[in-house]
Amino acid sequence: MMVYVQRLWGWFNGEILAVPGRVIAMLFFIALVCFPAISTESFYLRIITVATIFALFAVSWDVLAGYCGQLSLGHAVFFGVAAYVAGALNKAVGLPPVFTIPLGAMAGVVTGLVVGIPALRLRGMYLALVTLAFPIILTAGLMAFPHITGGEIGLYSLDRLSESRLSSYYIVFMVFVISVFIMYTFTDPENKYLRFGVILQAIREDEIATRLAGIHTVRYKLTAFAVSGFFAGIAGGLYAHYVRVAGPSMLEMSFSFQVILWTVFGGMATIYGAVLGTFALVVLMEVLGLFEFTSSIRYFVLPVILIITLVFMPQGISVWVLDKIEIRCPRCKLVNAATRTKCRACRADLRPEGRKR
Amino acid sequence: MIGNILINGLLTGGMYATLALGFALVFSVGRIVNMAHTALYMVGAYLFFSGVRLFGINVWISFALAIVLAVLVGVAVFKLFIDRIKEHETAVMIITVALAMLFQEICLEVFGGRFRAVDPFIAGSVEVFGTTVTYQNFIAIGSSALALIAVWFVLKKTKIGFAIRAIAEDGEIANVMGIDGSRMQLLVIVMSVGLAGLAGATTAPITMVSPQMWMGPLVVVLAAVVIGGLGSIGGSVLGAFILGYAEILVVFLVPNGSFLRGVVSLGLMILVLLIKPEGLFGVTFEEERL
Repeated sequence: MMVYVQRLWGWFNGEILAVPGRVIAMLFFIALVCFPAISTESFYLRIITVATIFALFAVSWDVLAGYCGQLSLGHAVFFGVAAYVAGALNKAVGLPPVFTIPLGAMAGVVTGLVVGIPALRLRGMYLALVTLAFPIILTAGLMAFPHITGGEIGLYSLDRLSESRLSSYYIVFMVFVISVFIMYTFTDPENKYLRFGVILQAIREDEIATRLAGIHTVRYKLTAFAVSGFFAGIAGGLYAHYVRVAGPSMLEMSFSFQVILWTVFGGMATIYGAVLGTFALVVLMEVLGLFEFTSSIRYFVLPVILIITLVFMPQGISVWVLDKIEIRCPRCKLVNAATRTKCRACRADLRPEGRKR
Repeated sequence: MIGNILINGLLTGGMYATLALGFALVFSVGRIVNMAHTALYMVGAYLFFSGVRLFGINVWISFALAIVLAVLVGVAVFKLFIDRIKEHETAVMIITVALAMLFQEICLEVFGGRFRAVDPFIAGSVEVFGTTVTYQNFIAIGSSALALIAVWFVLKKTKIGFAIRAIAEDGEIANVMGIDGSRMQLLVIVMSVGLAGLAGATTAPITMVSPQMWMGPLVVVLAAVVIGGLGSIGGSVLGAFILGYAEILVVFLVPNGSFLRGVVSLGLMILVLLIKPEGLFGVTFEEERL
């Protein structure tokens, strides 16, 4: 028994505590788990829950735009379609959230495939402009059939996610952790069993070369659209049941832009950057909303932050910070704390060229 | 009815064409997808509004001031932010999105969220073919026509225009031939923002100003540029006129058509992209071909 505890501790000590980035991730995870212990006031709980849902949405954008390079300017379409499908199933058929959210996510997958079809022929800026079009067209469609979709008000008084805010929080949190874990393994370029992550990045860097390597890029791009649509759909369904409304504001252009803002601020093509950026900015917005002076300027702050980030830290804040606190071993490619002078695995010298003795 | 459609189509098409022309110019010379282009159009409209309504300056002077100040804002923004990261195409596009949102928030903060009316340049109207047309409509149509002709003249008949077209064709070779790329880029930015400011100031009395006024035209301009073919300047002007008339036709002929305003152009855009991905007059670039 003691041996196993010792081994576990050894693994924990060597793989988690030795790398500052992982320590931060662990502390963040613990903080989210323990948050209700600090405060169960519904106002704060609500902020964190909404931030968690939006973080899931931002990660789904990151998979498509950051990893696969298919810049989507209308990502809200997946969120909105799933929210409306979940809402309509809940209102009209009376299905509980357990079923409506997965079905909404499946609607997200279908939307992803539909939006992905132009992606077979278009790339770069053309694709971005086409994706921008879908939510706008859909919004007009919603307005055209107000008796089904509720028009400008949307579908309201949907079922709650669960009875109490606290259990809703943990449901959202669990779904978030599982989804992000799936997306992380799915897109990890160093994954030894799935080639998916490497291929997505190859498509982003040079699609023609990827095709020359004998890879059916169309299939991979469509899969990326479907995966992204699925998780954005889960976020949309969760959100619809959490705020109990599915409205046209979920399809707005500014909502699509906001998710880009969060992810780019945190760092594109990193997953953790999207999570960090969303939490930081959503919480910042709410905190600024608390005070009278700052609440008037808070929407002004958001684009300013993004502009400053892009000009000074073009890769996003999380990558910038990690560059400062972590160093990659030149020999075995293992991540080390920046304070070390020797790699923790292969003892290679980590100091930059000039400072070696 | 027909007169109404003709005049209004000319008006909307002209405005979209002026905007799309500026957008296409910047794109073809700098490879910059300027999502803040119509936000600068809004800035022009608000500058004109504040000149006339808040400071009480003469209409024509504030018209000129609005264009000049909008150009200054555009150039400052370009020099401060976009010029530094212009190697990263995606980053440039995202930063222009942020700039558009920033302009919207500034206008919201300074002028409030409601629609504000602006006095026309010359009040009054005249009867043409059985439809009443305000003088402001004539001014808007005339100024956009003049602007389009002027830009066409500059591009086709002057040495500067030749240089701009050379850069649009192949930036590196143009540079080798001794054309100062960054100076030409600045010049094109000035032209583009000037056109946006002109469109903003002349249409402000017709459509009223509000902090959301940039979103609708942005979508149409993007659609027009894609329909005409990214990189084709003439194509984007034609695309803008097609969309302007399509929009007006839908508004006048389809019941509840005003809901469908933005959708028409987007539907047309997707249709064109699926049938002819490079656009009607598209210039296919090597790296963009699939």
